[in-house]
Parts: sequence; C-alpha cells; structure tokens
Amino acid sequence: MKHAFHRLDAPADLVRVTFRGQVVDLPAGENLAAALLAAGVTVFRNTPVSGAPRAPFCMMGACYDCLVEIDGTTRQACMLEVSEGMVIEPAHGKGADNALG
Amino acid sequence: MRSADLIIVGAGPAGMAAAACAAGKGLSVLLLDEQPRAGGQIYRDVARAWPKRGGLLGKDYAAGLPLVQALDHPGITHITGATVWQIEDGPLVTFTVNGAAQQAQGKRLLIATGALERPMPLPGWTLPGVMTAGAGQILLKQSGMVSDRAVLVGCGPLLYLIGAQMVRAGTPPLALVETQGRGDLLAAMRHVGGALRGWRYMLKGLGMLAELRRAGVARHVAATDIEIAGANRAESVRFRAAGQQHEIGCDTVLLHHGVVPNTQAARSIDIPHEWDSRQRAFVPQRDAWGRSARADVFIAGDGAGIGGAKAAAIAGELAALAIAHDLGALAQGDRDLEARQLRWRLSAELAARPFIDRAYPPFAPALAPADKTIICRCEEVTAGDIRRYAAMGCLGPNQAKAFGRAGMGPCQGRYCGLSVTEILSAAHGQAPDRTGYYRIRPPLKPVTLAELAAMADTPDAAE
Repeated sequence: MKHAFHRLDAPADLVRVTFRGQVVDLPAGENLAAALLAAGVTVFRNTPVSGAPRAPFCMMGACYDCLVEIDGTTRQACMLEVSEGMVIEPAHGKGADNALG
Repeated sequence: MRSADLIIVGAGPAGMAAAACAAGKGLSVLLLDEQPRAGGQIYRDVARAWPKRGGLLGKDYAAGLPLVQALDHPGITHITGATVWQIEDGPLVTFTVNGAAQQAQGKRLLIATGALERPMPLPGWTLPGVMTAGAGQILLKQSGMVSDRAVLVGCGPLLYLIGAQMVRAGTPPLALVETQGRGDLLAAMRHVGGALRGWRYMLKGLGMLAELRRAGVARHVAATDIEIAGANRAESVRFRAAGQQHEIGCDTVLLHHGVVPNTQAARSIDIPHEWDSRQRAFVPQRDAWGRSARADVFIAGDGAGIGGAKAAAIAGELAALAIAHDLGALAQGDRDLEARQLRWRLSAELAARPFIDRAYPPFAPALAPADKTIICRCEEVTAGDIRRYAAMGCLGPNQAKAFGRAGMGPCQGRYCGLSVTEILSAAHGQAPDRTGYYRIRPPLKPVTLAELAAMADTPDAAE
C-alpha cells in the first residue's frame, strides 16, 4: 500500500534506527511519531486491554496512543526526536507487563 | 533547586507573552515547556516552519514569530523538553528533563497549558489513521507532512483552515464532512448580534471555503450517523447527508468539533472549576487578571476558557502585569494603565466567540455516543458501560473509575473526562457542575522510577 503521508520537502540527513526489528532510515531530529508515519508505519502498538491496533492520535503528548518502547522504557513517540541507533519496539500489548498500565 | 520570581508552565501564546511582559518588568522567569521549541500547538515550531512553509500556513501563523523572538531576554530561562508532573504549595513545581526530575520554586506560578481537542467519540475513532485535526496541523507545521487521502470530519474554523492549507500544499482533502446544520449559522447570526461581531471570522471562513470549492473538494453539511470503518486501520468514512447514505474511502480521518481547556494542572491543585454551558466544558475560576482561588497561582490562555491565540497572548500579558505588581515591580497605577488597553483589545478579540460557538456547536451524537462507542480510549470503556454504571448507582466520574477503570489509563482522562461527565449528567438528569469531573492527582504524566532516582542524585537535592 502507498504511504498515507507524503513530505513537502526532501528529508534532511537520514540516520538508521530499528522499528520492530526492521532497519528504517529516518531524518535525524525529526519528531519520531511523524517520522514513523512518513516511513509507512501504520500500527504503533496494540492495546493491553483488547489488543486493538493504535497509532498517533493527538501528536501533542496528551493521548498516549503512540506509545513505543525504547531502551526498556515506555515513551510517547510524538514527544521524541529521531536519533541514530534508536531501537524502537511497540509498547507492550495485551497480556504483557505494561510499564504504564 | 531552581528558583524564579515567576514560573510559567507552557510556551504557547499565553505563556510566551507573559514571559516577555514579566521579564520586561524586571522579574526572573522560568518557562517550562514539553516541546523542543517554543510556540505551543497553534504556533508549533513556528521559528523553523515559517521560513519553509509560511506561504501555505497563512499569516495568522506568523503572529507566533515575535512571541518566540521575545523569549530571547536575559530574564527568561526557557527549559525545553520539560514535562511538569507535580505542583505543590510554594509554588513548587516538579518536572522531568532528559530523564531526570528537577524542582523549581517560584513566587508566582502561571498555568498556560492551553487547549485539547474536544473528544469526538464516534464508532471507529480509535483506529490507526484517525487523528485530531490539530494532529494533522502539527504534522503539516512541524514536519511538512500531508495526508494524500484524508477526509475532514466535524465542524468549526480549524477544519476549514487545515483544509485550505492542504489545498495550498497541493493535496486537497478528499471531502469535508461537516456536522453543523444550516440552521446553526442562521441562529448564530440572529441571536448573538452575531453577523456584526463575527463578520471578520465569517469572511475568513468564506475565503477558506472558496479555496476548498475551487480545489473541487466535496462538501457535505449536516452529516449524521458518522462512523469510521476499517479492519486494522481507517479505510472509509460512512455517514448520512441530504437524505443519502455516503461512504468515502480514505487513509486518514481528521476529527474536530472544537477545542476545550486543558485543566489537568489546575485541577491537580484543587483550583475550583465551573461548567461553561456555551463552550460546553469546564473552566477554572479566576479573576480578571487570571488569578485563581490560590492567590499565587494564575491561569491564562485557552486553559482558562477558549478564546484563541490572540486572546491568549493578551491574557498572558494581563497576568504578568498583576504578578509584577504583586511582587513590587510595577506600581498599581502603571499596571492599570497598561491593562486598560489590553482589556479593550481582549474584548474585541472575544466578541466573535459567541457567534463561533453558536455557528459550530459540538456534534451532538459525539456528546451522547451510541452504547457501543468507546469513550475511554486507554481502558476501552464504552458509552454503554458508563450508562450501565449509572443504572447501578454511579453518580460521578470518580465512581466511574471504580466501576470500570474509565479515565485510569495513561492519558488520565484527558480524552474521556468530558464524555463521562456528559453521559452521567444525561443519565441522571443533573447539571454537569453537579456531576463534576475526575479528581486529577499528580503525577500529571507518568513518571519512571529512574527519573525520580536521577533527582536524588543531583547535588541540588541537598539544598
């Protein structure tokens, strides 16, 4: 499927990160949630309650739907900037320990 | 520990204007904001985005530039990436920056935490690809990203604005699905002296609608029975309009039916709030300077009641004048003289609000959602669950937490609190003021043990 979003400007310096174990090149310093959406990621995590898929909803740090896990800590992707070597996993879903749940 | 005459939470229009005004009177200001750059949401990333994309974002956005530039003042310490999670008497503010907690002591505190999108619970609104219109704008401003196949759903000036910006970006939305009826605009014009007070906004709205029409964007008004369909992500919007059933395939759905004050910080320190029936939201009680029931805590901007970015900046300045006077940096006569002109500008800014509120009322079915619709996104509690709790004797939002965890997920009720209040009020036939709202407690945002441990490690902690 074609990506849902396109960029108006060519992205700046790309750096390598991994998301769900896959290597992705994202613009350094870009908002992480935005960068993942532009890279074609549609589902950021599955909920702890029902396992339903979720992705960024508010982009301003209020809704917590874009939760990811970085270095073992649950973080809001929309409140982070891309940096080289980030290892990003979806926040724990149904049945797993959830640092925030 | 840090200290300052004035601690401001939030670097949007109210916080930025207050910081500059207070620093100009000689106060030391500590400005705490979660984002990496000043601007808040309305002027998000304006200093970086304006040179690249100013043309398509429009000149109202440029009004944020001087506010950001004015933060470059020796009296202002602006800490970016600072998440405030506790406020105590003092006022003592605890926040996290770069994974370590810190504290700051002020003589006065200004809460300028702005607005949140009014929750718009519709069937399918939790699917990936469904976002707030504000989120769509943030992606455009901050990251220069546009959705190729988006449908805009709801009502209000912000919906037209993002639609027009998308047209200018070369990717018009697929359709505008509007919820207000034709009667709403007429009522607004007739009943609130609206046409006169609101003409500037009407012209602006008409201009943006003309842009959308020229771009061939389909427009449906008075839409009902709106739902978002899709298996693992939004695939279409279904609705009825003009007596017909419609379905529009899409990747992105942007929802908006107004914004409401973000009251989390003020509520966490028990500042009294009251229901504003015109804005259909709770607002904190404060005087004409923005002073709350706690004499050393002020609230300014949309967090004190929705007035928009320009009104927010003026309210920020008024609070700063009162604070400067409190702290002996400004004589009463000078305070009142400066305030007079600000108040005149503020009332001019606010004159059109009743018109806008009446012309674009919240989408009624999203205030009283169908039983199956999820209202608490975090804990996946439905409107029917809340009604069931009400039938079992649940009177208020805090009891609803005990009945079924509504409002107890990581967002701490930000996107379900008003829905729970509305549903319980309707179920019991009582006023929202009586139903009340969630009790908000610190931490205002989730905190890790590592952040706390890092605070203990700093030499400042020994002070």
